[in-house]
Amino acid sequence: MPLNIVSLVSVGRHPQSGRARRAEQDSRAVELGLKLADTALTVLHVGNPDDPILRQYAGMGLPSLTVLKQEDSVDAVPVLQRFLEQKNIDIVLTGVRAESGESSGMVPYLLAHALGWPVVARVADIVAVKDGKAEVLLALPRGQRRAVSIQLPFIASMDHAAEAARQSAFAVGLRATVESVESVGEVDQIRVDWQESVAKIRPKRLKTVKAKTAAERFKAATAKPEGGTGKVMKNETPKEKARAIFDLLLEEKVIR
Amino acid sequence: MVIDWLPSVLITTLLVLAVVGGVRRANLWRAGQPEKVNIVAGLLALPRRYLQDLHHVVERDKYMSRSHVATAGGFVLSMILVILVHVFGVSSQLLAGALLVSLVLMFVGALFIAKRRLHPPSRLSKGPWMRLPKSLLMFSLTFFVLTLPMADILPEGTGSWLLTLVLSIGIVLSLSEMLFGMTWGGPMKHAFAGALHLAFHRRPERFGGGRSTGLKPAVLGGDVHGVAKPSDFKWNQLLGFDACVQCGKCEAMCPAFAAGQPLNPKKLIQDMVVGLAGGTDANYAGSPYPAGKGDAKVLGNAKGGIDNVITAGLIDADTLWSCTTCRACVEECPMMIEHVDAIVDMRRFLTMEKGKTPNKGAEILENIIATDNPNGYAPASRTHWAADQNLPLMKQKQTAEVLFWVSDGAFDMRSQRILRAFVALMKAANVDVAILGDEELDCGDVARRLGDDATFQQLATRNLATLGKYKFSKIVTTDPHAYHCLRNEYGDFDVDGVLSKGGSGQGVEVLHHTTFLNQLVQQGLLKLSAFKGGKVTYHDPCYLGRYNGEYEAPRALLESLGIEIAEMERSAFRSRCCGGGGGAPITDIPGERRIADMRMEDITQTGAELVAVGCQQCTAMLEGVVEPRPVVKDIAEILLGQLIEEVH
Ligand code: SF4
Ligand code: SF4
Repeated sequence: MPLNIVSLVSVGRHPQSGRARRAEQDSRAVELGLKLADTALTVLHVGNPDDPILRQYAGMGLPSLTVLKQEDSVDAVPVLQRFLEQKNIDIVLTGVRAESGESSGMVPYLLAHALGWPVVARVADIVAVKDGKAEVLLALPRGQRRAVSIQLPFIASMDHAAEAARQSAFAVGLRATVESVESVGEVDQIRVDWQESVAKIRPKRLKTVKAKTAAERFKAATAKPEGGTGKVMKNETPKEKARAIFDLLLEEKVIR
Repeated sequence: MVIDWLPSVLITTLLVLAVVGGVRRANLWRAGQPEKVNIVAGLLALPRRYLQDLHHVVERDKYMSRSHVATAGGFVLSMILVILVHVFGVSSQLLAGALLVSLVLMFVGALFIAKRRLHPPSRLSKGPWMRLPKSLLMFSLTFFVLTLPMADILPEGTGSWLLTLVLSIGIVLSLSEMLFGMTWGGPMKHAFAGALHLAFHRRPERFGGGRSTGLKPAVLGGDVHGVAKPSDFKWNQLLGFDACVQCGKCEAMCPAFAAGQPLNPKKLIQDMVVGLAGGTDANYAGSPYPAGKGDAKVLGNAKGGIDNVITAGLIDADTLWSCTTCRACVEECPMMIEHVDAIVDMRRFLTMEKGKTPNKGAEILENIIATDNPNGYAPASRTHWAADQNLPLMKQKQTAEVLFWVSDGAFDMRSQRILRAFVALMKAANVDVAILGDEELDCGDVARRLGDDATFQQLATRNLATLGKYKFSKIVTTDPHAYHCLRNEYGDFDVDGVLSKGGSGQGVEVLHHTTFLNQLVQQGLLKLSAFKGGKVTYHDPCYLGRYNGEYEAPRALLESLGIEIAEMERSAFRSRCCGGGGGAPITDIPGERRIADMRMEDITQTGAELVAVGCQQCTAMLEGVVEPRPVVKDIAEILLGQLIEEVH
């Protein structure tokens, strides 16, 4: 039976120009989706079916896209949840976080929570899907990978290490059909009440490297930062773990 | 001749076969897309186009032009007279005499052609082309002997059965080549297709000394974007391919061929012929593509058909991406074939339909779409280079004499030096100038040459909308690529007459900075001291020279500094590309050499210590050649060095 794969796409935002574009991570989700399911892939968007950016995704070789028609002010998660529940879906691919809007990175988690599925975060590749299980490579820092095996269905968010999106062909995008699906949505009041302003550039923490030779400098630049003060907490209770995080945030003056 | 009726029957039979072949061939061309052509005007203009325009190109090779005039002129004249004398049997001593004279003329011409074929240069195709001079000689000899009795030089009925046999064989063989071969795909096809190609050329503006170099806009929204199959070409493009004489002049000039990249413009045109007529390239008898994947160099593997996708079996996509769009081939082609149009047409298919722009192509295009510049810089940083230049913005001034089109050189530190030099010169001459600042966008040159005409058209339309807000009478730019787009390609999208009418209604003059600076120097607005450095040579940028015909102004400027230019062998219309055009540095198809290195060798051979250029792209390419090498400077930079600042 062919896999039933859905890639969720959003309207991205170019970091330099601020202009709408196909989002970097979402287009990787489409790329991986195309690898797994070819044109049987469902590409799903919540928003305006007439958005020209959708054509940029379609230009990757999609005959059609599905759009759950909604206003910008609507919370995408419940809309997606209702749509996905009706279908017999194996894998949902998403970006780690959107390039515009709240950009909280919560969509895969909220969705997984609502659907009762597991989430695999920062996927580099899905190597194979067999007997209801997927072999997934997770991306770790510095090019490391972790192989995990997960029961279908699940939600996977794409890391930058995943295969980059192929070129979008203008004419293919132009020809794709956009299936607009009516759906019920609720206004995300919190989001609507937000005010957006330009972010202040965060000061960088200085890393003092005391290396004397080129080899040492190279090591310092590539080695895993050995956090001297960090500690691994495995056996403590969740409460103790939360306390440790809270203390750290206080110490770092993230919260006051 | 013993059997009187035999020659006329043979001639008539071959004539009929030729006509049948002609109709068949014309049907092959008609498989192409419709294109409006003024048939009558084209046919009427044919003699002038042949005698003036085509001859003007052939004339560069004196030996060949004279041989060709004698042979072709002699043949056309002979053929008409042969029909009159031998088919219609007009018995006139005068006609027969004229026929003998024209046959002699043809014979002499053919002798010279045969001589060139003794040691043919590698650019010439061999195979059936080696046979052609023999056929020409046979034709003139056969009919000479056949006509002798009619001119009363020999008595009627001279000859034996043997002579009759020999002459009959001569008639059949030579006319098979000259008439039958003309329309059934032999070497003489060039005369038939060539004549019609001249009459129905897609760029009639090129005749009569004109220039037509802007690409034709792609139609967006149709069944196919660009050219996938031979039948997607316009019918007169197909006709144009068929006109090729395989002289290889294009091959000899092509920088990509010389660099050992998988491109040979002659083979490309012949592959298009294979595509339109169907079959394989097994019969091709010229130099193959210098490189290519797998056994691309082995002939016989490329298969084509009128409805087969060209890049699926006929030619490799790398061949198309090797081209720098330098137009050296077009400039050199005696048949006035448009290689670059065809190459970009096929690139359009690869980019817009297939999404297969190689190497950095996809990334660059995506950047242009999202940031209006190829490297993805913040659009708001476009004017940072001019922070200390005190240059007024159009947004503030609304009107200025000169609009300085800065181009994407604004983002590149080396190019910024050229921009600043030009600004300093304009200031010295008190030019009323303003720039668009962050309102300016990439001109679309790279997107268009990479086949993304949708993005080009977008950029052109948006730039024109910006330009339409202001009043100015000149646009001046230091970038020949932007110059070409603005001057020759934006017109197709200028529905409001922003450039054709301009704010004043007089039209806007688009100028390259060398042309403009030359005007300033002529008007005595720039005081310059004589240049004291060593030997200087000048590199003609393709998009300034061949695309826009500006060879004079840069030279005049250098001469105004007292420089005697040490010209390269390949200069002016024969200038060799720096390798930077057509998106070639982006698609970066590997070869054995780099084009820029070869150009630097040309430069070094003149013994120059300084090479003057008029293009930031050329500057980047030539400066990328490893040292030691001559210094590379834009003409604006050289002029600035000699500027005598007046103290006020
Ligand atoms: S394309 Fe033109 S220049 Fe090239 S071989 Fe043919 S006729 Fe000659
Ligand atoms: S335009 Fe220049 S690079 Fe392209 S085929 Fe012609 S000569 Fe070669």
